[in-house]
Amino acid sequence: MDPYAALPLPQSAFVLALCLVLVSPLALAGVALINAGLGRSRSAAHSLLGSLALIAVAVVVFALIGSMFAYGDTGYTFSISGKPWNWIGAGSFALRGFSAGTVQAQLSTLAQFIAVAFAVLIAWGSGADRFRIAAGAAAAAILAALVYPMIAYWAWGTGWLAQLGLNFSLGEGFLDTGGAATIHVLGGLSALAIIWIAGPRRGKFPKEGLSTAMPGHNAVYVLFGCMLALVGWLAWNMAGALMWADLPPTELAVTAIDTLLSASGALVATFIVTRIRFGKPDASLCANGWMAGLVTSSACASIATPFEALLAGLIAGLITPLLVELFELFLSIDDPSGAVTVHAVGGLWGLLAAGFFASQQGQVLAQLVGIAALLGIIFPLVYFLFWLVNLVLPFRADADGERIGMDLHELGGSAYPEFVVHRDDSYR
Amino acid sequence: MKNAGLLVMPAGFFLVAAALLLFDGAAMRFIFVLCGLAVECMGLTFAVRGHMAVRGEH
Repeated sequence: MDPYAALPLPQSAFVLALCLVLVSPLALAGVALINAGLGRSRSAAHSLLGSLALIAVAVVVFALIGSMFAYGDTGYTFSISGKPWNWIGAGSFALRGFSAGTVQAQLSTLAQFIAVAFAVLIAWGSGADRFRIAAGAAAAAILAALVYPMIAYWAWGTGWLAQLGLNFSLGEGFLDTGGAATIHVLGGLSALAIIWIAGPRRGKFPKEGLSTAMPGHNAVYVLFGCMLALVGWLAWNMAGALMWADLPPTELAVTAIDTLLSASGALVATFIVTRIRFGKPDASLCANGWMAGLVTSSACASIATPFEALLAGLIAGLITPLLVELFELFLSIDDPSGAVTVHAVGGLWGLLAAGFFASQQGQVLAQLVGIAALLGIIFPLVYFLFWLVNLVLPFRADADGERIGMDLHELGGSAYPEFVVHRDDSYR
Repeated sequence: MKNAGLLVMPAGFFLVAAALLLFDGAAMRFIFVLCGLAVECMGLTFAVRGHMAVRGEH
């Protein structure tokens, strides 16, 4: 019996997608390194162990509960004015019947495990130096059990956003072929909720004067993380193009080139902006620009032409350093990893750009409806759920934990035991 | 103020959903969807202002 008999994709495409999905976790490794490098040296081990712990919790919870809501041929539907609104999936509990599914369905499930792990990892970075692992794990469980499955079903399954084209004649429905909405905007908005609930790092925003600069402790981690992320992103966007954009394998090279061009354009733009703004290019902001270009490519790499991808990346790279500065200096948002700018704003920009680049009529409107759902439903829901978690498991470590560092406070040992950790003058 | 802003944001989304159901024409839908997004941005602005009001408490 041919195991690929029920597979709409050709066998070679399936094998290719499988290989690509297996390479894509390098993007997670890159983001974890970036998060660690942009935090302080006394919280580096905490950052990386937290990344692993959150991925583990998210994967387990998604397997047990989240997968039930993320897909399923039949979903929970209500009807308004004769139009069906499929708002959440109705699959089996704890992946029951998984092995009996089609090979493509199994592959899609594997990709969703990586996606949910990615989303929780993005949010974790913004709580650097004060966010407790236990609280982070609880937040990851909430995302994996309910919020991620909901948005994944809307955009990737047979949910109402994916069916906007069918029900309301809006292009091909909401397009999110590389997880810009389901992974990056969700992760970035969750990061904002964590920042607001946990509060800024101690001494970051004094009652008077400008905010205190708290630079990342290891630019090498950050920049190497960017390179790792590129490899993972190339694989992820190509796998997404096969699975969710139904592109033939012969068009995958364009997706890869678009991804590379978007990231490169963004880096060039950020490099120039920071060079003009500060007199010298800023390493951490350039890393943020590169990542914003990759995030933008997640939305439009399988839709845009190479020139359009370059343009989208240039704009992402242009706005990223300006927004990082705006958020910190004027909006009092203490975001060490830049997740709100890079993932939330970059993702939203990419989704909008995908609407402009797509050839179908009504696609811009479909993308705007998706963006409205992310901002109007998903963000308040995430904030409310995290606020409830914070009542039971406080997000923020106590003052002593921040002073001695999260490594010693939560793990009992430092990431760099042979090095002297300097006293921080920012505590006033 | 932050919570009030966050409560305003779903109202913007319902305006967007209503636009899809009430209108068939692309222009009217587009205008109402933009209005819905504007309401969401207003809610977000309130929430950000609420966050800024507690600046320096930590």
